[in-house]
Parts: sequence; C-alpha cells; structure tokens
Amino acid sequence: MTSATLQQSAVRNFGRKRIMAFAMPAVIAAYFVYIFVAFDIAGLSERVNVSNAATLVSDVYSYKTHVTQDNRDGTVKIAIEGERKGAYPQGTGPDWVTFAEQTVIDLGGGHVVTFGDRVTYDVPGYGTISAQPGAGGVNAMFPPGDMPDYISTSKNRLMVVTDAGRFTVTRNRTEVFKYTLGWELFFFTLDSPYHGMGPAALVSAAFSGEAGAIWSDFWTNRMWRHSEVAWAIVETILMAFLGTFGAAIIALPLGFLAAKNFTPLGGLRFAARRVFDFLRGVDGLIWTIILSRAFGPGPLTGALAILLTDTGSFGKMFSEALENVDEKQIEGVASTGAKPLQRYRFGVIPQITPVLLSQILYYFESNTRSATIIGAITGGGIGLFLTQAIITQKDWEEVTYYIVLIVLMVMAMDTLSGWLRRKLIKSDEGGH
Amino acid sequence: MFRWPCHRSGSAISFLGQGMTDISEATSRGPDIRDAYLAQMRAKRVMNLILLIIFVALLIAGFRTADGRNAGGFWNGLPNILDFPADVIGEAIERAHLMPSYLIEYFPSLIETINIAAASTLLGGIFGLVMSLLTTRGLAPVTWLVGPLRRVLDILRAIPEIVIALILIYLLGGGPVPAMIAIALHTVGALGKLFSEVNENASLKPVEGLASGGANWTQRMWLGVVPQVAPNYLSYALLRFEINIRASAILGFVGAGGIGYDLRNTMSWGQGKFDEAAAIFVLLFLTIVVVDQLSSALRNRLTHGARISEAHP
Repeated sequence: MTSATLQQSAVRNFGRKRIMAFAMPAVIAAYFVYIFVAFDIAGLSERVNVSNAATLVSDVYSYKTHVTQDNRDGTVKIAIEGERKGAYPQGTGPDWVTFAEQTVIDLGGGHVVTFGDRVTYDVPGYGTISAQPGAGGVNAMFPPGDMPDYISTSKNRLMVVTDAGRFTVTRNRTEVFKYTLGWELFFFTLDSPYHGMGPAALVSAAFSGEAGAIWSDFWTNRMWRHSEVAWAIVETILMAFLGTFGAAIIALPLGFLAAKNFTPLGGLRFAARRVFDFLRGVDGLIWTIILSRAFGPGPLTGALAILLTDTGSFGKMFSEALENVDEKQIEGVASTGAKPLQRYRFGVIPQITPVLLSQILYYFESNTRSATIIGAITGGGIGLFLTQAIITQKDWEEVTYYIVLIVLMVMAMDTLSGWLRRKLIKSDEGGH
Repeated sequence: MFRWPCHRSGSAISFLGQGMTDISEATSRGPDIRDAYLAQMRAKRVMNLILLIIFVALLIAGFRTADGRNAGGFWNGLPNILDFPADVIGEAIERAHLMPSYLIEYFPSLIETINIAAASTLLGGIFGLVMSLLTTRGLAPVTWLVGPLRRVLDILRAIPEIVIALILIYLLGGGPVPAMIAIALHTVGALGKLFSEVNENASLKPVEGLASGGANWTQRMWLGVVPQVAPNYLSYALLRFEINIRASAILGFVGAGGIGYDLRNTMSWGQGKFDEAAAIFVLLFLTIVVVDQLSSALRNRLTHGARISEAHP
C-alpha cells in the first residue's frame, strides 16, 4: 500500500466520520420533532392540571383538618383528612378550635372563622365575610369595595381560599380546611392514648410496662395500616424471591438441553430454545393477565408470572454460559473415571456457578422492582397499595410513604444481593 | 439431594479446583495435614448442605405463604389455567377473517408504544451519558458531586416506572407523555450507572492529549472519551430499548396510551372482544421477538466490530 492510497482512504474515512458527526444528531433531532408532534407536547400545557399539582405537593408534606358544621342542626365535626378514622370525639378538637357558645376557629395569622347560624370569616386586610345559609341560599355579605379573586360566590355557594385555609359555605354545610405541617396520625390515631405524646414521654411510658400497648397501637394504626403495609412489602419480596429462584431451578436442566455441547440432538435443542424465546416473548404483562384469570389476584400470581418470564431469560443465559465452559476440566474429570452426572457436578457446575449466581442475584434485585409493577396490575403486595392510594387522588402523603418504602426496599435488596454476590463468588472478577 | 462422591486419592480431589496446593503439601508432609484438609472439606460440605436445606425450606414456605395469600389457590386454579387462553384462541379462530383488520386497527397503537420506548431510550441515553461522565471518578469535572449524583442515579433506578407514570397521569392526563417521562427517568438511572462503568475502562491518554491542546471539559469528553466507549454505550442502549418496549406496554395497561391501553380496554370488555385481545397479543409478541432479535444481532455486530478495531489499531 502506497502512502497515497493510505492518505486517500484516511481522507475518505475522515469525510465519512464528519458526515456521521452531523447526520446522527440531525436524525435524532428530527425524531424528537416527530415525537413532539405525535405526542402533542405543544398541547401539554393546556392539559396540565395545575390545581391537581398544588394539592399533590401540599398533601405530601402537610395534612388538612376538616371542621364541618351541619347548617341545619348546628352540630360541628372535626376530622383529620375528613375521614371517619381520623375524627375527633364530639366536643374535642385541636387547640386552634375553641368551643364556647359559638365554635371559633383560629386559622392563624389573624384569620378567624366563627360558626353559628351566621358564619363569619375575618380576613386580615380585607374585612369580615359573613353568610347566613338558609332557604334562600347562602346569603353572603362582603365588605364594601372590589371583591378579591380568592373569593368565588354564587347564590348557593361561597368559597374563600386563602393561604391560611379554605372556607366553603353551602346551604347545608359550612366547611373549613386548615393545612398543618406533618403527618399527624402517622404513629397513633386519635383514639389512642399515646396520640400527641412526645418521644420522651413515650419512652418513659414504654419503660413503665406499656411497650406492648404502644407497639400494638402503632402497628394497628387504622389510618396508615403499618402491619398491612409491612405484609405487602414482604409479599412483594416474596414474589421476586419465588419467581427468580423458581425460574433458576427450572431453567438449569433446560439450559443443558439448549446448549450445543451437551445436547447432540439438534431437534431437542431447537425445541428448548424456542420454548425460551416464547416464554420471554410473551412478556410478563401477558403472563400476568393469563395467570390472574386462573389464580386470582395475589402474590402467587405475581410470582408465577415472574417465574415464567425469567425461565425464558435464564434458560437462554444458562445455555450460553454452558456453551462457553472449558472442555478441559470436563476431560480431566472424565479421565478419573467419573460418570456423566459426576462429570457435570465436578467439571461443569463449578465453572458456571459464579456466572449463574451473579446473574440470578442481579435478576432477583431487578425483580423486586418488577414485583411492584406486577403487583399494581394483578393486585398484590405494595404495588396494590400504591395504585389504590393514587386512585383516591387525595392520599398523596400515603403515596409518598409507599414510594419511600419501595425505594428503601429496592435499595436494601440491591445491597443484599451485592453482598451475597461478593460472599458467594470469591473470585475477584465474578462480582460485576 | 446431591450425592457427594468420596475421594480417597489426591488426584480425585484435585479436580475440585480448590486446595490443590494443600494436597501436594499433604503428600510430602504426612497424613495429618491431609486429614485436616479432608475434615475441612467435610465441614464445608455440611455447611453447603445446611444452606441448601434452608434455601429449599424458604422456597417451600414462601410458596405456601404466597398460595395462602392469593385470592384463588394454586391447586384450585391449575386446572383453569388454559381456560382463558382457550377462550381467546377460540374467539380468534371463530372470527379469523377479522384478524387482518384488527392487526391494521391496532397498528397505530403499537407504533405509539414503540415510540414511547424509543423516545424514552434516546432521552434516557442522552441524559445518562451526561450523568455517567459526571459520576465517573477521574472524568468528573466536579469531584464532590460524584457521590451525591450517584445517589440520584440509585434513586432513579429504584423507583419503578409505574409510580412516576401514575402520578404524571394524574397531573397531565392520560397519553404517551407520562409514560415517556417515567421510562426516561428510569433509563437515566440504569444507563447512567452502566455507562459510568464503561467510562472507567476508557483510556485517559486521548483525554490528556486533548487537555494539553487546551480543550475544555465538554470537548475532552466528546472527542476523547465518547468515541472510545460509543459501541458499548450503543449496545447497552439497545438492550435498554428491548426492556423499555415491555415497560411501555405495561404502562399503557395502567392508562398511559399505546397498545397496552387498548389491551386493557378489550380485556375489561371480556368475552366478545377476546379476538381483538388475541390480535393485540400477536402484535405485542411479534414486536418483542423482532426487536429482541434485531437488537441482539446489532449488539453482536457492535461488540464484534469493536474487537476488529482493537486488532487493527
């Protein structure tokens, strides 16, 4: 090769590289333009539900207390998140509500709501809004001047939304929402004697023999359902465990069938490989649907769905690993007069164990995540709790709690499988 | 479960691949070391057997627990397992003449599912590339950011796509965008980590060369690192694309558009639309198989190509 032709080819290569350097980004950009149009991203700004976003964010770090007056008989109910499970006993409430002749709700910062036949809301810097709900509507009255845009009113409905809270009057009900930082009932519900106790008081109560009662009040908390959530986490991990290791046990013998050097029969090998392709191709989603028809919702369905999909993946990987084993070790074992089973046990298994174990453990940790997703579809484990909480569209603090738990669970499984991998596979290269 | 053959001679043990030096010492230094070695081996075997028993017990107990907490039991459900596939196939055969029209009807949804996967893989790959360069020791421009950014990647990987998708569906309404964002975020986490492992093996010489020429960080990375690792990046991204197609179908099933959404609609309709469900199954199955085959062929070529360029530098 002369230097001239070398130079020519180098120039050609450079030219091609230069074109590629511009063509690739151009193609990607063109694809994104297509996606922008096909997914109607321009119209997204109209579809974004800003008020949903605001509820979500404020719900995550705060809770709201509903103070409700029945306008027909004057009874007042106070409940956290407006749920029966979070209701204060009649005649009691948080310290910002005073019960006298009239119920007075101090929303803080000078915002005061007074209940009664005539309900009033003092808004600092604006004046007193009042209403007299009855047969003719809510009969709202406002201070003179322009009406601010945080008030919306009609004949039968008055709503005031300020930073301090939300005030709604209809003919039948007057309702005040007050947002407070934190997750009030996370540890104990209102009917527990330990609600509102500080950590120090709790510890001293625990040492004076109430530890069991404290634990049971926490564990059976009806609002946050700690024991059920813990079970759901266990179920999710169980799905991943059964699915992954069950698949590995089934796939190992099948992997021998699909490996060229162990199965001389081409037909058998072909069949085994097609089974693996089928199991993987049908995909977890479809397996989940089919299995949940037969077994109903629950962790077993999820475990079996993972098992079927992963039998396909493992079978393929195992057979590839088996095709790469070193024949010399098997020959060595055979030369000592070992029978076929012993040859596999001592010539093959020690070679492939590190590879297989590392793959199985890797799948185990990623299946913890899949089990959450499958649980959301088929109805089992923490995935079910999560979808249920999201569907209510108001329990975002629970959604946050579950997400935190899921992330911790997945990270814990990551750590565990990494530790096991290092422990079981002592060779320095096997751990990746 | 396993029968452990008894080894009487040193040569029989040597193929275990462990303790070969002990044995050669044993033959030269008397039988006590050999006995100690055999005792050690026996202890190890007992240990392995115990671990195996614990594992099998866990598996059985786990199965029984899962069976007990399932709505329908395993043994009750087993005879019914073929009922649903039989219904679907029955209806599909009964109205086989409609099948081509269904395949055409649901093809646009399939394209949407593939688009979700492709766009999220691309987005995830681009951001994953940036993240990987920021989290590789030796390449990162801001060293104290390496740790925190790695944690960010861990968290992105740990959150299942469905969580982000469901929340975004609540905020943005149904459609492909929530699914795309959800899968892309997960992909950033997954590819960011894999890419950063690849980066660690990249030679630093081109980077140093570029640095001596006065190149800034972006130029050093783009011209010095990325060309070295691009085949590996592409191979991982293709693998991710396979996974993302499955994820995109699943997210459709919970309301994020694409073929999964159609599948849920026909499924919840029940009998009478199972032929359409069959058409969707077929489309989904074919897509997954074709993409798997294409991507594995491409990946083989990429790694193979990389080997050739190594042989002829």
